[in-house]
Amino acid sequence: MPEAPSQIEVLIALMAKLPGLGPRSARRAVLQLIKKRSLLLIPLADAIQTVAETARECVNCGNIGTTDLCEICTSTKRDRSQICVVEDVADLWAMERADVFKGLYHVLGGTLSALDAIGPDELRIPRLAERVKTDQVSEVILALSATIDGQTTAHYIADALEGTGAVVTSLAQGVPIGGELDYLDDGTITAALRARKAL
Amino acid sequence: MSGLSVAALTLSHFRSHKMAEMALDGRPVALFGPNGAGKTNLLEGVSLLSPGRGLRRAAADEIARKPEALGWKVSAELQSLCQIHEVETWAEPGASRSVTVDGKTAPQLALGRIARVVWLIPAMDRLWIEGAEGRRRFLDRMTLSFEPRHGEVVLAYDKAMRERNRLLKDQVQDPGWYDALEGRMASFGAQIMANRQMAVSRVAMAQDGAETSFPKADQELIDPDGNAPLDTEPDLRAALQAGRSTDLRAGRTLQGPHRIDLHALFAAKGIPAKQCSTGEQKALLLSLILSNARALAQDFGAPPLLLLDEVAAHLDADRRAALYDEICALKAQAWMTGTGADLFADLGDRAQTFEVTDDQGTSEIRAH
Repeated sequence: MPEAPSQIEVLIALMAKLPGLGPRSARRAVLQLIKKRSLLLIPLADAIQTVAETARECVNCGNIGTTDLCEICTSTKRDRSQICVVEDVADLWAMERADVFKGLYHVLGGTLSALDAIGPDELRIPRLAERVKTDQVSEVILALSATIDGQTTAHYIADALEGTGAVVTSLAQGVPIGGELDYLDDGTITAALRARKAL
Repeated sequence: MSGLSVAALTLSHFRSHKMAEMALDGRPVALFGPNGAGKTNLLEGVSLLSPGRGLRRAAADEIARKPEALGWKVSAELQSLCQIHEVETWAEPGASRSVTVDGKTAPQLALGRIARVVWLIPAMDRLWIEGAEGRRRFLDRMTLSFEPRHGEVVLAYDKAMRERNRLLKDQVQDPGWYDALEGRMASFGAQIMANRQMAVSRVAMAQDGAETSFPKADQELIDPDGNAPLDTEPDLRAALQAGRSTDLRAGRTLQGPHRIDLHALFAAKGIPAKQCSTGEQKALLLSLILSNARALAQDFGAPPLLLLDEVAAHLDADRRAALYDEICALKAQAWMTGTGADLFADLGDRAQTFEVTDDQGTSEIRAH
């Protein structure tokens, strides 16, 4: 016998599919929404409705926005000579949170994986090459995962952009700010040592 | 006490063992009992104190005692050089293997830093006459004992190669994609070859001048097509690029470290291992294992744990006695199995002896 009316069970089941939520936490969240109907439930329902109607991928960079071109691509304050390539919108948001990069982005939506049938076209790499050429981009910064797939994708992009005149760079790998060497794995220490710099 | 040895071992719901507990004092361990009593299962438990899938290459779920299938656990007190570590490794049903070292969650790789484990099992008796895959596995296990990170590099190479093979199979014609994958393969491949060559050379050095009754085996890494093995990043990359059209026709990668074979020569007679008698082949394998142990005693500071399953098979009484003498001289904790106690009589009180029996599908262990 269900613990809640069936329509509420449907909502709980949907919430439980979200990252970071399981069946129990989804149940608690839905209960809280119902208890705070005017404060949470109705504004949330309205916000979801609006996002469902307006959210779309930016045709230029792949970021998520509510118009065909996202706010970053249309901003006049961004440096248009730099493009930072990220795997996912979550990575773009992480870069924006740091508030240090003032250029544009290109969201791949994943990494190259022949086994998963994700090729250059699925990652919109040809579109990136086109942007670099037509927008006179001087630097492409690859901010991809330090995994085999991430590094394979980085090498592919570097090859694809050869001859465009843009410098291709990648994020440094090594000791995190505030990190202690004792807690680092061997691979990170090796990368950090290779990328050492004079003080 | 220094050296490397298991001081206490507990197997819980591990194959035929419902709850097995052994207290050990660092001497070699002789296990005897009838076939199917659970002797090799104990060795498999010890083999899981190193990274990987153990001496049977079993998936985690296969190891759980049937029919309960509750998962399994191996706990050990490991004396490693001058420290004692508490190691636990287990798998819940349907989950992969977990490891803790001294109560803290650790990657499998961490096991390689505190314990080196080398084994010889009956399935390896035909190593020199069967396919190259078994010899490569033997070579990589030997290499892993010297360089614990070797396993990670091999996995990384395999992943990049699987990706390339899928492109080849799907007849994808994208030079950039091949370039990117071949770059990764060449980088990891060169590391694999360097590690393997280091291991072969360390074992060869340990064979030279060693006082042993076992025949010297000259090892060599060879390319199955008769070419010189490709071992540098530029050479590997160039070969992969040049071989693309051939590989496209074959639908797989035909060159690289994944095809390298290990050849051994019975040095005294100058004949290849595969042409030696069954006893000589076993003696050559033991020679390599003992040399591996001698080299590790120098490099790591202690000989590895040696797991020698049914080691007495194919060895005459003199050679068996010589093996025991060498193991004791090395001060290695060798875990040996055999069907009768008489096989270990030459060891006397130089080893701890246990009888393993089967009681209605459950193994029992009794100190002898």
